[in-house]
Amino acid sequence: MGQKVIANKTIDVNDEGYMTDPSQWDKDVASALAEEIGIELSDKHFEVLDYLREKFKEGEVLTIRKVGKSGIVDIKGLYQLFPGGPLKYSSKIAGIPKPASCV
Amino acid sequence: MKKIVILGGGTAGTMMANKLRNALERDEWDITIVDQFRTHYYQPGFLFIPFGIYHERDVKKPKSSFFPVGVNVLYTGIDKVDADNKKVLLEGGKVLFYDFLIIATGTKTCPEETPGLKEQLWYKDIFDFYTIEGALALQKHFKSWQGGKLVMAITEIPYKCPVAPLEFVFLAEEFFTKKGIRDKVDITIVTPMAGVFTKPIATKMLSELLVEKNINVVADFYIERIDNEKKALVSYDEREVPFDTLTIVPVNMGDKMVERSGLGDDLNFVFTNKHTLQQRDHEEIFVIGDAANLPTSKAGSVAHFASEILFDNLMNAIEGRPLTAHFDGHANCYIETGYGKGALIDFNYDTEPLPGTFPLPGIGPFGLLKNTKINHYGKIMFRWIYWHLLLKGKELPVEAEMTMAGKKRVTF
Ligand SMILES: Cc1cc2nc3c(=O)[nH]c(=O)nc-3n(C[C@H](O)[C@H](O)[C@H](O)COP(=O)(O)OP(=O)(O)OC[C@H]3O[C@@H](n4cnc5c(N)ncnc54)[C@H](O)[C@@H]3O)c2cc1C
Repeated sequence: MGQKVIANKTIDVNDEGYMTDPSQWDKDVASALAEEIGIELSDKHFEVLDYLREKFKEGEVLTIRKVGKSGIVDIKGLYQLFPGGPLKYSSKIAGIPKPASCV
Repeated sequence: MKKIVILGGGTAGTMMANKLRNALERDEWDITIVDQFRTHYYQPGFLFIPFGIYHERDVKKPKSSFFPVGVNVLYTGIDKVDADNKKVLLEGGKVLFYDFLIIATGTKTCPEETPGLKEQLWYKDIFDFYTIEGALALQKHFKSWQGGKLVMAITEIPYKCPVAPLEFVFLAEEFFTKKGIRDKVDITIVTPMAGVFTKPIATKMLSELLVEKNINVVADFYIERIDNEKKALVSYDEREVPFDTLTIVPVNMGDKMVERSGLGDDLNFVFTNKHTLQQRDHEEIFVIGDAANLPTSKAGSVAHFASEILFDNLMNAIEGRPLTAHFDGHANCYIETGYGKGALIDFNYDTEPLPGTFPLPGIGPFGLLKNTKINHYGKIMFRWIYWHLLLKGKELPVEAEMTMAGKKRVTF
């Protein structure tokens, strides 16, 4: 557990840089986190991020498939928005936990 | 007469039928359980079938042996739940009314969700071991297989028993070593997650095993389709993993009944209150086992712990008290690692698997996150416990709520 200063805000993060308090998130934090990964956020990105944050709040388990069925982007499109690891990167930028299994 | 209907007579439904019939007066409460099949399979045993350790006879028994006297049993398909009118429609037109409903319809594999999976190579070079048919077909295949690229792939999360693919590669490693052809078998595990292990402490303690056993890992690989011509997995970002024999965990989904009833998410897992175990929108419907969309493992041990909570809350509801029992997501899973050894993990919604020891009166302690012989015996013993105690709803010497006793909080 640690803290980091980003976009002039102090946020709580875990060892892998995932935010641990979703309430500290705002669009500037998102843009700055995205920049660290090498992604510049468009409106489409934000639509995905909002969707993830909402589903996370409802306690749903998030999957790439679920985002692909959300009507916002299909799975290929999601890969184009967040290349390399769409769910782990989009989760990081959305300020929600890293998708994890039980071990 | 008041009525309780249980949908699904697998691990969770059977446990609930036993617990409830024991507790409720027969002249006040009518209990009905519905399942489409007559055979109960001990699914954790499927893991051992490909390697000839277990055979079909070791994992199957008639469901009827486990249902208590005094419960109505209907062997038929469930069409859907009409929650607004508190009734269940069965295939063939029969209708069941209920005061309380328990949904325990589990999850199943859906190979048709992945293009190319159920085509010409299915059960020739591509297998699952999550069904009895797949496990038996793979046993036959391995008897004459001369080696090559063995790929174990996970298509989607969540899937039941998240450690099973890992156990599979460990057992395969031992199997081919003992057969004397390990040098001809290249073993790879493919996962859509960021790694085989995603929790920091388990990663530190267990990933060494994969290196030691020379098992390759391909992570962040989200399968789009199977190329039958090339014999390769193809990901959405156009990477490929070639195979000679592919063992796969197809997409896991809840039963279509859930979709027809409008009670679940896009994978047909029922929206469930993670603490009370009630369905999100209907307080007289409870959900247990793999069918629920809970953020914990889909495992028999979880269903067992949840059964105690569900029982308490259903009693609370029947007697008009607030639902005070809270499920914590407790899971307790043995991980076979090969050569007669195993590891054990114990965790819940909030606490990741930690090292230490797991107290089990009379038998343990078992080493948590440690690779030991006694953990392997724990797994082997589980089959006896499952048939004789667990399904019958009897007390096990393990608490429903996770305990921190014996666990060590660590920082690396
Ligand atoms: C290979 C493998 C290894 C595993 N290893 C372990 C392990 O080591 N430890 C552990 O704890 N767990 C393990 N599990 C998981 C465990 O078996 C399951 O979590 C458990 O069986 C879930 O119980 P359930 O009652 O929710 O579902 P199930 O036992 O699958 O029962 C669901 C029932 O509902 C019925 N049903 C569904 N839909 C309908 C319908 N429309 N009409 C009529 N009937 C219907 C089905 O026929 C079925 O009988 C393993 C599973 C597999 C596949």
